[in-house]
Amino acid sequence: MSAISATEKVDGFTRKSMRKAQKQKKSQGSSQFRTQALTELSPLPQLKDAPSTEQQELFSQKLQQCCMLFDFMDSVTDLKSKEIKRATLNELVDYVSTNRGVLVETAYPEISNMICTNIFRTLPPSDNPDFDPEEDEPTLEASWPHIQLVYEFLLRFLENPDFQPSIAKRYIDQKFVLQLLELFDSEDPRERDFLKTVLHRIYGKFLGLRAFIRKQINNIFLRFIYETDHFNGVAELLEILGSIINGFALPLKAEHKQFLMKVLVPMHTAKGLALFHAQLAYCVVQFLEKDPILTEPVIRGLLKFWPKTCSQKEVMYLGEIEEILDVIEPTQFKKIQEPLFKQISRCVANPHFQVAERALYFWNNEYILSLIEENIDKVLPIMFGSLYRISKEHWNPTIVALVYNVLKTLMEMNSTLFDELTASYKSDRQRCVPCPSLILTCIQNLTGVQLWQNWI
Amino acid sequence: SVEKEAPGGGADGDDSLYPIAVLIDELRNEDVQLRLNSIKKLSTIALALGVERTRTELLPFLTDTIYDEDEVLLALAEQLGNFTMLVGGPEYVHCLLPPLESLATVEETVVRDKAVESLRKISQEHSPVDLEVHFEPLVKRLASGDWFTSRTSACGLFSVCYPRVSSTVKAEIRQHFRTLCSDDTPMVRRAAASKLGEFAKVLELDYVKSDIISLFTALASDEQDSVRLLAVEACVSIATLLPQEDLETLVMPTLRQAAEDKSWRVRYMVADKFSELQKAVGPEITKNDLVPAFQNLLKDCEAEVRAAAANKVKEFCENLPEDSRETIIMTHILPCVKELVSDTNQHVKSALASVIMGLSTILGKDNTVEHLLPLFLAQLKDECPEVRLNIISNLDCVNEVIGIRQLSQSLLPAIVELAEDAKWRVRLAIIEYMPLLAGQLGVEFFDEKLNTLCMAWLIDHVYAIREAATCNLMKLVEKFGAEWAQNTIVPKVLGMANDPNYLHRMTTLFCINSLSEACGQEITTKQMLPVVLKMSNDQVANVRFNVAKSLQKIGPVLDSSALQTEVKPVLEKLATDTDMDVKYFAQENSCLLDLGYPEETTQDHIANSFHNIFIDVQEQLVMYRELTEPVCI
Repeated sequence: MSAISATEKVDGFTRKSMRKAQKQKKSQGSSQFRTQALTELSPLPQLKDAPSTEQQELFSQKLQQCCMLFDFMDSVTDLKSKEIKRATLNELVDYVSTNRGVLVETAYPEISNMICTNIFRTLPPSDNPDFDPEEDEPTLEASWPHIQLVYEFLLRFLENPDFQPSIAKRYIDQKFVLQLLELFDSEDPRERDFLKTVLHRIYGKFLGLRAFIRKQINNIFLRFIYETDHFNGVAELLEILGSIINGFALPLKAEHKQFLMKVLVPMHTAKGLALFHAQLAYCVVQFLEKDPILTEPVIRGLLKFWPKTCSQKEVMYLGEIEEILDVIEPTQFKKIQEPLFKQISRCVANPHFQVAERALYFWNNEYILSLIEENIDKVLPIMFGSLYRISKEHWNPTIVALVYNVLKTLMEMNSTLFDELTASYKSDRQRCVPCPSLILTCIQNLTGVQLWQNWI
Repeated sequence: SVEKEAPGGGADGDDSLYPIAVLIDELRNEDVQLRLNSIKKLSTIALALGVERTRTELLPFLTDTIYDEDEVLLALAEQLGNFTMLVGGPEYVHCLLPPLESLATVEETVVRDKAVESLRKISQEHSPVDLEVHFEPLVKRLASGDWFTSRTSACGLFSVCYPRVSSTVKAEIRQHFRTLCSDDTPMVRRAAASKLGEFAKVLELDYVKSDIISLFTALASDEQDSVRLLAVEACVSIATLLPQEDLETLVMPTLRQAAEDKSWRVRYMVADKFSELQKAVGPEITKNDLVPAFQNLLKDCEAEVRAAAANKVKEFCENLPEDSRETIIMTHILPCVKELVSDTNQHVKSALASVIMGLSTILGKDNTVEHLLPLFLAQLKDECPEVRLNIISNLDCVNEVIGIRQLSQSLLPAIVELAEDAKWRVRLAIIEYMPLLAGQLGVEFFDEKLNTLCMAWLIDHVYAIREAATCNLMKLVEKFGAEWAQNTIVPKVLGMANDPNYLHRMTTLFCINSLSEACGQEITTKQMLPVVLKMSNDQVANVRFNVAKSLQKIGPVLDSSALQTEVKPVLEKLATDTDMDVKYFAQENSCLLDLGYPEETTQDHIANSFHNIFIDVQEQLVMYRELTEPVCI
C-alpha cells in the first residue's frame, strides 16, 4: 500500500508493468506436508577420504542425510544444515558419475528412497490462478538449490555404466513413473527440463514400463484437453513422444493410431496451443511419415477444429498444414485437396494479413506447387474466386502483390482454364448488382447494427 | 426417407410442409450456423412430421449425423431430452436412446454431459419393463465401452435406473459400478467417484455398508489426488446414510486420512466441505475428531487450505453441540483464529475477516469484549484493504452484541483510509457500506465524522465513484429524512452547480435526479428546480441535455403548475438548441412528461438519424464503385 506512487494515484489503476515487476522475483515452496521435526545435520567425512571398505556404509549414511527436507521459503533458518546437504548432494553426484562399482544392489533402495523423498511432492497451488505462460514469469521452485542436485544425481545414476534396470525396476516402477509424470505440471521450466531427460532415460532403459508411460501420458493429455485446459509440461511430454513415435514399428498398432486421432488432433483446440505447437506438429508429421494412409483423417480432423476467431492459431495451423504437405503422397493429396483448398481459399481471403500471407506462402513451396499443378483442374476453380477478389480488395499491399504472383503462377499452369474462370467470374459479377460487401462488413463491424442489410 | 424429400416440399405435395422441408434440408447444409438453427427447431420438424415419421425417419437420420460440429451435437443432445411427446409418449420413449447413446460417447465433455442429462431425464419416462429391456442394456454397453468416454457417461446413469429394476438387474448394476470405480483410466475413476454419493443414496443400506464403503475407501486412497478429493464429497452423502454407530468404523478412518492427505487439494476439499461433514457425522464425532482436524486445517502449511478452513470458522462454531460449544471455541478454536489474524497470506486473513464478526453472537458480550475485540481492531488496521472492508461490512453482527461505540475509535481511521485508497474499487466498496454504517453509528457521529467523506466522493475523478456517491446520498436521505437532507447535503450539492468543472456541475444534476423523490415536493420545487433551470444556460452541451433528462426525472415530483410555468418554457428553449443531442432529449422529455409537444416523434428522430447515415453509406458506395471498376489482369 505504501509503495503506491503519486503517478498511480492519478488514474487509480496499478500499471501492469508494475504489478509484473513486483511478481517477477517470486518463488514458491514445495507443498510438503511436514510432520517430522527438523534435526540439525552434522557433516560426515568425505567419501574419497574413507577407506574403500567403509565407503559403502558412508555412501548410505549420506543418502539418508539427504532425506532431510528444508523450508526454503524461510531463508534464514537452518543455513548450516542446508549447506551441508548441498555439499553432500554435490559429493554424491560426483561419486556416482566418476566411480565404477559403487551401485551395489543394497544401494538401490536407499538411492530410490532419497530421490523419492526429495522430488516427489504435491505441487503447490499456483500463485497466480490466471497464469499466462506466454506473458507471465513462471514461479520458481524455492528449494531448487537442493532439488536440482537430486535430479542431477538421478540422471547420473541412470546413466552410470553399472546401472542395472533389472534391479532398479523394483524401485523405478509404475508408481514412480506416475509421480514423475505429475511433476511435469511444475511451473519451473528448469525442473521440467530435467524431468524430460529423466523420463527419456527411463523410457529407454525400462522396456516393461513403456506401454504404461505412453498410457499415462495419454491420460494426462486427455485430462488437459477435456477437463482442465491446464498442464505446464505439455511441450516437454510431446517432445519425448516425438522421439518415441519415431521409433514405432510398422505397421502401426491400433493403440498408436487412436492416440493420434483422439488425442493429438483434438489437442489442437487447446487454448495455449502456441506453447507446444511446434512439438505437436512434429509428432503429427512423424506419424504421417510412418503411415501415409493417416494423412486424410488427420487433415480432416484439423479442418474440423480449424480456428474460427483466433488468427494467431490459424497461422499455426497453416504452418502445420505446410509441414504435412511437405511429406504428403500425391495419392493422399488427391483425397484431401477439395476440403483443404476450400479452407486455404478462405485463409487467403482473410482480412488478417498474417493469415493471408501464411497461406499465400504455400505457393513458394516447390513440392506443393508441383502437387497443385498436377491437380490444377480441381484446385484452380476452388481458389480462383477468392484470389481474384482479394487481388482487388485486400487492404494490405503486400498481400495484393503476393496474390498477383500466385494468380500469375496459376495462369501459367493452365491458361485456358484460367481464362474460362475469369470470363465466368466477370459475367457473374455483372449479372448481379455489385454488392460492395467489404464496405458493408466494415460498417457492420463498426456499428454492430445488422439493420443495414435491410436498408440497402 | 427424410433426405429424399427435401427441399421440394412434402412428397405428397402438401405445401404446408415446405418450411419443414427447408429446415430438414438445412440439417445437411454446409454452413454450421444453418445446421444449428435447424437443430434448434427440431421439435417443429418433429411436430410437422408426426410421431410415426419422427420415429422411423427423423431419428435414424439424426443418429447418422452424429459426426458433426460439437456445437450442433450439443443442441441435438439437449433437444432430444424433451422429445418424449414428439415420438409418441412414454410408450415409445426408447426410440430416443440410440442417438443419445452415440452422443454420450463423443469426446467433447459438454456434449457428453448434456447427453447424459437428457438420458437421465427420459429414464424417468420409461416404464419399469422398458427400463430393463431398453435402458439398462444401454447403460451396460456404455459401461463396458472400449473408449473412456462411454464409461464416463455410464457413471451418471446407474443411479437413475437402479431404484426401478428387478433385484437381478440391480446386482448387475452394482457390479458395473464396482468395475468402473477401479477402471484403469483416471477420467473414469473421477466420474465414478463424483457419482458415488448419488449412487449410495439409491442403494439399500446393506449394500451401502458392503459395497459402497469398500469403493469409497479405495477411491479415497487412489493414487491420483484428483480422484481422492472427489471421494471427500461422497463422504458427506455416505455419512448421512449410515447409522451413527457405524460411522466410526466405516467412515472415520478414511475421513481422518483425507484430512491429513499429503496433497493440499484433498485437504482443501475437506476444509471446503467441513460444515457438511460436521452435520453428517453428528456432535460426538465432531467433538472427538473434527475439532482437532479443524485445528490442523487452520494451521495447514498451505495458505489455500487455511483460507478454506478460515471461511468455515463461524459455521463450524455455530454447529458445535451447545453443551460444550463455548469451551471448545475458547480453548481450541480461538487460539488458532488469533494466529490467523496475523497470517502471512492476505487471502487467509480476508477469509477470516469475512466471518470472524459472526463469532461475537455465539460467544456473547463479555467474551467478545475480552477476546474478539482485540482481533477486530487488529484486522481493522490490517495492511490489506480487503481485510478491513470485510470487517466493516459485517459490523452489524457486533453492533447487536456490544454496540458499535466500542469500535468507533478504531473504525474511523480505517474508514477514512479506505475512503482515500488509491484503488477505486476499494473506494467503491466502502461507499456501498456507508448507508449501513450510518444506520449503525447514528446521525450525530455521521455528521461529525463521515459527512465530509461522502461529499468528497462526489468530486472523485472516477465516474463510478461519483455515481455510487450519488446513490449513497439517496440512501442516506431515506435513512435520516428530508429535513436532515435540507440542512446538511442539499446546500452542498447545489453549490456544486457553480463549479468550474462541468463534470462536477453534472454531478449536481445526477444528485438531484436521485434525491428529488426522497426529499419530496417542497425541497425539489423550491430549492432544486431553480438550480436545474438555471443550468439550462450552461455553455457545455452535455450539461444542457442532462438538464433535459433531469427535468424528466424530477417531473413526477413537481406539481402541474410548476411543470407548465417553469419546466415547459425551458424545455421549449432547449428544443431549439443548436446541439442536436440537446434538442433530441428536450423533445423526447416533453413527450414523456406529456407536455403536449410532439413536433417530431422519437421514431422520426431515429429514422432521421438513420437517414443521415444512409446517405453517407450511399456516397461511400458510389466512391467504392468508382474505385473498383473491374481492371483486366
